[in-house]
Amino acid sequence: MNLIETWLIAPLAHEFMQRGLVVAVLVGVVCAVLSCFLILKGWSLMGDAVSHAVLPGIVLAQVAGLPLAAGAFVAGLGCALSIGYLKENSRVKEDTVMGIVFSGMFALGLVMFVKVDSDQHLLHVLFGNMLGVRWEDIAETAAIAVPTIAVMLAKRRDFLLLAFDPAHARAIGLPVRLLNFGLLMLLALTIVAALKAVGIILVVAMLIAPGAIGFLTTRRFDAMLAVAVTAATVSSVIGTILSYHLDGATGPCIVVVQAVFFLIALGLNLRRSARRAALA
Amino acid sequence: MIELLLEPFGYQYMVKAIWVSALVGGVCAFLSCFLMLKGWSLMGDALAHAIVPGVALAYLLKVPYAAGAFFSGLLAALAMALVRVRTQLREDAVIGIVFTTFFAAGLLIVSINPTSVNVQSIVLGNILGISDEDVIQVAIIAAVSLVVLVARWRDLMLVFFDENQARAVGLSPMRLKILFFVLLSACTVAALQTVGAVLVIAMVITPGATAYLLSDRFGRLIWIAVGLGVVTSAAGAYASYFLDGSTGGLIVVFQTILFLLAFVFAPKHGRLAAARAARAVSESAP
Amino acid sequence: MNISTTGLPGSADVKPSIVVEGVTVRYGNGVTAVNDASFALGAGTICALVGINGSGKSTLFKTLMGFLKPARGSVSIAGLPVRQALKRGLVAYVPQAEEVDWSFPVLVEDVVMMGRYGHMGFLRIAGQADREAVEQALTRVNMLEFRKRQIGELSGGQRKRVFLARALAQGGQVILLDEPFTGVDVKTEDAIVALMRELRAEGRLMLVSTHNLGSIPDFCDQVVIINRTVLAAGPTQTTFTHDNLQRAFGGALRHFRLGGADLHDDDDQRHVTVITDDERPLVLYGKRESETLAPGKTNGAKTDGEKDPAP
Repeated sequence: MNLIETWLIAPLAHEFMQRGLVVAVLVGVVCAVLSCFLILKGWSLMGDAVSHAVLPGIVLAQVAGLPLAAGAFVAGLGCALSIGYLKENSRVKEDTVMGIVFSGMFALGLVMFVKVDSDQHLLHVLFGNMLGVRWEDIAETAAIAVPTIAVMLAKRRDFLLLAFDPAHARAIGLPVRLLNFGLLMLLALTIVAALKAVGIILVVAMLIAPGAIGFLTTRRFDAMLAVAVTAATVSSVIGTILSYHLDGATGPCIVVVQAVFFLIALGLNLRRSARRAALA
Repeated sequence: MIELLLEPFGYQYMVKAIWVSALVGGVCAFLSCFLMLKGWSLMGDALAHAIVPGVALAYLLKVPYAAGAFFSGLLAALAMALVRVRTQLREDAVIGIVFTTFFAAGLLIVSINPTSVNVQSIVLGNILGISDEDVIQVAIIAAVSLVVLVARWRDLMLVFFDENQARAVGLSPMRLKILFFVLLSACTVAALQTVGAVLVIAMVITPGATAYLLSDRFGRLIWIAVGLGVVTSAAGAYASYFLDGSTGGLIVVFQTILFLLAFVFAPKHGRLAAARAARAVSESAP
Repeated sequence: MNISTTGLPGSADVKPSIVVEGVTVRYGNGVTAVNDASFALGAGTICALVGINGSGKSTLFKTLMGFLKPARGSVSIAGLPVRQALKRGLVAYVPQAEEVDWSFPVLVEDVVMMGRYGHMGFLRIAGQADREAVEQALTRVNMLEFRKRQIGELSGGQRKRVFLARALAQGGQVILLDEPFTGVDVKTEDAIVALMRELRAEGRLMLVSTHNLGSIPDFCDQVVIINRTVLAAGPTQTTFTHDNLQRAFGGALRHFRLGGADLHDDDDQRHVTVITDDERPLVLYGKRESETLAPGKTNGAKTDGEKDPAP
C-alpha cells in the first residue's frame, strides 16, 4: 500500500506529471485504436513512413506562420499519395518506394530545419516533450484525437472489411477508394495528435505494438480493439511514472513498457498454440 | 569564387568527412542493388534502428561502438526470426515492433546517461565531428565489406534471383544470405556515423532503385549504383560545409533528387518514355 | 435476353443478367488485357469462364466488379451500369483461397455478416433481419455449427463454404466464383455444385472461373472461352468442344488420345480423348476423329503439348 502511494501517487503531485499523464493516455489510446487497423491492413510501415515524412511540413508551416498540425497533415498525406503514385508508375517495389519517399522527405525537413530560424527545438519535434506540454497543447491534442477515435470506432466495421476483403467491399458497393483515403487521413491526424507528446520518430512504435498485442491475444476484432486500448493505456501510465523515477525520456519508457506487454501476449499466444497442437 | 569552393578542402575534418562519406556511400549503394530487388528494403531501416541500444551501451562502457552495434543487431534479427516463426503476425508488423522497441530502449539508455553520447549524433549522424578511432572502425568495416562484395556478388545475385539454380550449382543459399545480412549490418553500423539511424535506409536502397530505373543488367546496375552512392555522399558532405551541418540530410536529399530525375527521364523505364510508349500503342491500335 | 430495368432497390426481385459488349480493357502501361469481348448471360445460369492463365479471366472479373474501367465497350449487370449494380448489392464475389488472410481476427459469422453490410446503416450495426440472413445462409451451406470458429480454424472445403454463405447472406443475384474448386476435396466439390444447382433453380446467375475442365459439362449450362478476347460463348453442348478448347489453350493443354485398340480388342473404332489443364481432365469418348490416328496403333499418341502420354 505504502509502496503504491510513494511509487504511483507521489509523482502525480507535480502538475507537469499530471499533464504528462493525461497526454500520454490520450495519445496512447488514439494510436492503439489505429494500430489495430494498420496491423490488419499490413500498413504498419506506412505509419513509419508517414510519421517521418511530416517533418518538412512542420518546418514549412513554421515559416509560413501556419499551425504546425496543418503542415504536418499535408506533408503526411502527400507522402502517402506520392508513394502510391510512384509505385503505380515505376518498376520499383512498394517497400523500396516507401523507404525512398519518407527518407527523402525527412532529409529535406532536416536540411530546411537547419536553415530556418525556428523557436522549435529539433529534438522536441523528433521525440516529443511529454513532460513539457502545456494545457493548451493537451487541448489541441484532444481536439484532434477525440474526433479521430470517434470516426475510427464508428466506421470500424467498414475499415475491417476493407482490410479483410477489399474485393467484397467493392462488390457490395462500399466506397473503397474513399475508405482507403479516409484511413490515410486518420493516420496523418493521429501522427499530428501524437506530435507534441512523443514526436515523429517514436510515434510509429505506438502505432504497431498495441495492435499486435490485441492480435495475439484475441480471435475477434472488437476484443482485439479492447485489449489494444487497455494495454496502451496501462503502458502509458506505467511508462510515464517509470520515466519519473528513472529520470529518463518518457516516450521511450512507454514504448518499452508496451514491449513488455507484447512479450506477455506472445507468451500467452505460444501457450495457446502449444495447447492446440497437443490436442490435435 | 573558386577559392570559396575550394575552401572546405583546406580543413582536415572536411576532407575526412568527404572521403569517409564517399566510401560508406559506395558500399551501401552496392548492397542496395540486392536489397531493393528482394523487397527487403525495410530490413535496412529496421537494422539501423535496432543497433542503437548497442551503440549507446558501447559508448557508455567505452568499448568499440561497432561491437555493441553488431551484438544488438544480431539480437534484434533473432527476435524477429523467432516472433515470425512462432506467430501469425504479418512480417511487417514483426519487423516494426522489434525495431521500434530496440530503438526506444536505445533512446532510453541515452536519456538516462546523457553524457556518454549525444542523441542527436546517433539519430542524425555526425560525420563532421567523427573521432579518429571511429574513422578507423568505419574504414575497416567499409573496406572489408567492399572486398567481400566484389568477390561474391555473382553468387549473391544467383541466390537472390533463383535459389534452386544456386543450390543446383553447389552454392549454399542459407550461407550466402547470412553473409549478406552480416554485410548489411556492418554497413548499417558504418552508415550510422554518416547519416544517422533514421536516414540509413536511404543509403541502402535509393542508389540501387535509381540504377534499377536506368539499367536492365545487373553488372551495370551495380556500377551505376555505386557511382551514385559515392558521388552523392561526397557531395553531401562537401555541401554541408556551406549549409552548416546536417550532412546526412543533404546526402539523402541529393540521392532522392537523382531518383526523381531518373523516375521522370530514364530512357527506358522513366515516365516520359512510358508516356511515349503508351501513345504509340494507342495510335497503332485500331 | 431478359433485362429488368424497373427493378426496385433490393435484389430479390431483380432478374440477373450480364451483358458484355465490345469490351476492351487496357492497363496503364498500354498493355491490352482484353480486346473487344462480348457475351451475354441471363437468369438461372451457371456459366464457366475458361482460359489459360493470363488469358484475361481475372481482368474480366475485375471489370465486372468495377475495379477496372473498360477503355471501350460497355458492361451491364441486371440492366444497370456496374456501379449501380454494386450499390444495390447485386454482385457477390467468392474469392480464391489464396486471396484471403486466414489469420484475420474474424469468426465465421463475422465473415458472413460482411455480406450484409450493404443492407445496413451507416454504422453497420446488425439488426434482426441481418442475423437471420446470416443464420439461414450458414444453415444452407451446412456450417451453422462452426459459426464461432475463427476462420483459420477451418478446413479448405469449410472455408469455401463460408464465403458461399456470405454471397447468400448478401442476396447476390450475380455470383462470381474465382477458382472455387482449388484445394477442395471431391466431396466438398460435389456439395458446392449441388448448392450452385439449387441457386440456379432460384434464378440466380453464376459465373465460375475454373481450370477444372472435366466437371464443366456436369453443372455448367453455358461456357465462355477466352484468350485475350471471347473466342466462343454459348451453351455448353455446342460451345465446349474440342476445337474451341484447342483454340483457347493451344500448346498449354495436355491432350491425349487413346486409340480403340489400346482400350479393347473388339471392332469398336472409337477413341477416348483426354484433355486436361492440370486438373480434373475432360474425357471425350467416341469423337469422330479417327482419321488422324491409324487403328491398331499400339500406343496412345499425343497430338499436342510437350508431354508424353501417361502409359
